[in-house]
Amino acid sequence: MRKKKYINEVFQQTRWMQGIIYEQSVEGDRGILPPETEPEIMSEIDESWKIPSALKRKLNPNLPEVAQLYVLRHYTRLSQMVFGNNVANNIGLATATMKYSPLVNEDLVRMKQVAEIHPEQDVRSLQGMLEIVYGLEQALKTLSGMDHVSMQPGGGAAAIFTNAKIVKHYHEDRGEGDHRTQIITTLNSHPANAAAAASVGFEVIHLPPGSAGYPDIESLKAAISDKTAGLMTTNPEDTGLFNPKIKEWTDLIHQAGGLCVHDHANANGVIGIARSREANFDLCHFNLHKTFSIPHGSYGGGTGAVGVHNDLERYLPKPRITFDGDLYSLDFDLPDSIGTVRSYLGNIQAHVKAFAWIMALGEKGIRRVAEIAVLNNNYMTEKIAEIRGASISYHPDNTNWRIEQTRFSWEELNRDTGVDTEDIRNRVVDYGIQTYWPSHHPYTVPQPFSLEPTESVSKADIDELIEVFTRVSEEAYRNPEIVQNAPHKSSTSAVDPASFADPPMSWRVYQRRKNKNT
Amino acid sequence: MVGTDFVHPYIPNSNPTSLSAMLEEIGVSSIEELFHSLAKELRYQGSLELPEAWDSEIELRRFISETLQKNTAFEPHQNFRGGGCWQHYVPSICDEILSRGEFLTAYTGSRHANVGSFQAQFEFQSMIAELTDMDVVSYVSYDWGSAASTALGMAQRITQRRKLLIPRNIGPWRSSQIETMRASSNIDWINIDPASGQIELNELRESMGPDVAAIYIENPCYLGNLETEVEAISALAHEQGAIFIVGVDPLSLGVIEAPGSYEADIVCGTIQTLGIHMFAGGGLAGLLAMRDEQRIKTECPWPILGLLETQQENEFTFGWANFDRTPYGLRDESQDFIGTGQTIWAIIAGVYLALMGPQGIKEIGETILQRSHYAAKKLAAIPSITLPMNKATYFKEFIINIDGSGKKISTVNEILTDLGFNSGIDLSESYPQFGQAMLVAITECHTKADIDVFAQALDKTLS
Repeated sequence: MRKKKYINEVFQQTRWMQGIIYEQSVEGDRGILPPETEPEIMSEIDESWKIPSALKRKLNPNLPEVAQLYVLRHYTRLSQMVFGNNVANNIGLATATMKYSPLVNEDLVRMKQVAEIHPEQDVRSLQGMLEIVYGLEQALKTLSGMDHVSMQPGGGAAAIFTNAKIVKHYHEDRGEGDHRTQIITTLNSHPANAAAAASVGFEVIHLPPGSAGYPDIESLKAAISDKTAGLMTTNPEDTGLFNPKIKEWTDLIHQAGGLCVHDHANANGVIGIARSREANFDLCHFNLHKTFSIPHGSYGGGTGAVGVHNDLERYLPKPRITFDGDLYSLDFDLPDSIGTVRSYLGNIQAHVKAFAWIMALGEKGIRRVAEIAVLNNNYMTEKIAEIRGASISYHPDNTNWRIEQTRFSWEELNRDTGVDTEDIRNRVVDYGIQTYWPSHHPYTVPQPFSLEPTESVSKADIDELIEVFTRVSEEAYRNPEIVQNAPHKSSTSAVDPASFADPPMSWRVYQRRKNKNT
Repeated sequence: MVGTDFVHPYIPNSNPTSLSAMLEEIGVSSIEELFHSLAKELRYQGSLELPEAWDSEIELRRFISETLQKNTAFEPHQNFRGGGCWQHYVPSICDEILSRGEFLTAYTGSRHANVGSFQAQFEFQSMIAELTDMDVVSYVSYDWGSAASTALGMAQRITQRRKLLIPRNIGPWRSSQIETMRASSNIDWINIDPASGQIELNELRESMGPDVAAIYIENPCYLGNLETEVEAISALAHEQGAIFIVGVDPLSLGVIEAPGSYEADIVCGTIQTLGIHMFAGGGLAGLLAMRDEQRIKTECPWPILGLLETQQENEFTFGWANFDRTPYGLRDESQDFIGTGQTIWAIIAGVYLALMGPQGIKEIGETILQRSHYAAKKLAAIPSITLPMNKATYFKEFIINIDGSGKKISTVNEILTDLGFNSGIDLSESYPQFGQAMLVAITECHTKADIDVFAQALDKTLS
């Protein structure tokens, strides 16, 4: 095994000082030439093709003019100033499940039978794709315990919206839509649960965490009434804590006539081990870009998969895939469906990658994913807790092992040194590792930081992170300025605080303001 | 629990050396102990009934690729199907940048760790701003339909009104998405003129009132035609304090006037046409651009990057300028939902626009216009084909009717599929008023010879 030390003392992130692409523009340069229309066509169509003058563009759009090599070099250089998971330790991005995205799967979706397929081709010419999407649906059914799955939503929040919409339709169909107006969620559940519920017209009740990290059952009982439409909750929550009473919760909601929706974005530590079904959820969703290895694409390629019980199947988005044992088809004739949430069948290339990932692991492998994710996290958590100024949230009130991620606090370090969690986020980059995610809003833990070492990370990666965090803590106690003025070795310098007020949201606005001032 | 002999290349610490070292370090004898907060009744005891895994990469690759080969990838120049996902040429550099693992496998992160992806997003915003003549552009949405739904929701919140006026020429997918996301009871569908495909202005005028939150039009719309009465529609919306929203295919904006020039308040559209493969619909992403007005941008739920200056001279960096106004900050007070979107496609679209430049974007628009008009003329010369929208102004798609042949589009399309053509979308169910009709898409991928070969095949199939 690799020996200590892991810290890279001489790290310097690539720093190209590349400038905005507009600053590289040279009048008259061309990046690529589109084909010219054949003269035979021109002589046949006369003036018929011309746009009426009211709608014809008068001025060419101000796009940059850059020769081909320099476009390539520009974006290649920009890519070199990004700590993608293929490049650097990304344990810090908790809640995002930064795991290895197998390269063979990227190769597979480059095939023309994926990349060059139109979604509305004759279904006879789409049988391979439909077979894979259908196969993935079957796998997600068994992994969630749900009876039916749709992978149309374009991301996790879109999947949560889909589920909220199904809950709404379910109550409306039963004539209870007018009085079942409230959704209960927890303050540590992802904000999309509250936002999506509100966007379909529900009033949202937030349950604050108790000392154990999740709301106590009394607060749930107090929130339940004849207005309850359902529960929408993450479990385990973003704190890494699994609510052991979740089945009592779902029972209480069911007794009150509500539905239970499982935000299973944090599935990685329990996949194949504890499913939505056994906790009596009626609906759930997975994020294929988290648990199922789809690369995060700098904030998407997201893909959400929703699963529901038999009695909610009729509400699923349309179209749905059917299989008669011979031919895969698309069924649009679904009068009770909530409609379409994304055009066509969803992110097909993501479906192919997720299916390939499952087929590379199988049942044993998938359970192994959960086991190692949990082992990695608890190994890391124990070590982080030893760092001066750091503590595990809701500990020692809750001494349970954490699941796949842990939320920590720098409260003590902040009190002792004045250094805050934002400062430390910036400082760890100086040692060549990704920044970390503090917490979703609102912060229920003071000075939060959240870490998630998935099954993909090695012991050496975890040890590197622990050493960097230990070093930064020492710096905060010894020389807080170096942390507070970080980063020092990043591709970019610390921001001029004045520029946060009303920053320009496009280059043209920046230019306009600059010209006005000169 | 899985036995300790199971080691997988995707799971480094499944090797017995690391595994036992880590267990020992934290003082537990088995992984099982770590799961004690999961009561037995919450555990799934049965088999997952997943198919047998492929142990080696070579077997996995072969199995998946053999399955995928059951699909037919039509030759790009024999694909005439569009309607929301189009066959455009993807420059090699777009694919090269897409394959960069740095962009592909990063998440948002922070500007300090990921300034390169932040800059690429800001440059995308800046180039879309120029194309649409808007000053503010957000991170991309899931697709055009969801971007349109978001824009309509913004308009409802800005105006504190509910009613939305939308013409019936936006196609079945976006119609369904908007009805799902914005509630169909709020929507007044406005009829279209069958000869031009454009919104019935008189009907729009009659439906307009002080209770209307927004008018939404597309330019070009699903049926391919342009809306030429944009000034009148814009004025109609603004006279009543409503928001004017325009949906676009940005690839057309080198030749078609920018919505900003006719006073659109919010612009939405697809970016799949900008250097992104179709991926059977997986290549979609939705753009959202708006005027730089506080009342508008404050209602945008998608994050927007701002340009920041650093303590170093001549250096920029970037940060989310509206975090507090997104659902991440507002939770249920936001009244809209967003999350991980499709940012990788925004990066690729930026690469594409940087390659095209002002001249390229104009030239590609002209080529598409010229070839599509040639194709319409050529197809209309076939005896049993007519162009039902004979007064339409269009960009790359147009409708042909085959009633004269007595045949059905579904039958004709099946035959053409077998001949290697992905012919136009069958409109006979979604737009029965056009009879047996198909929507034909022409792009820069189609030469004169390709169009002639398609016309010949169609002629033969119809006769």
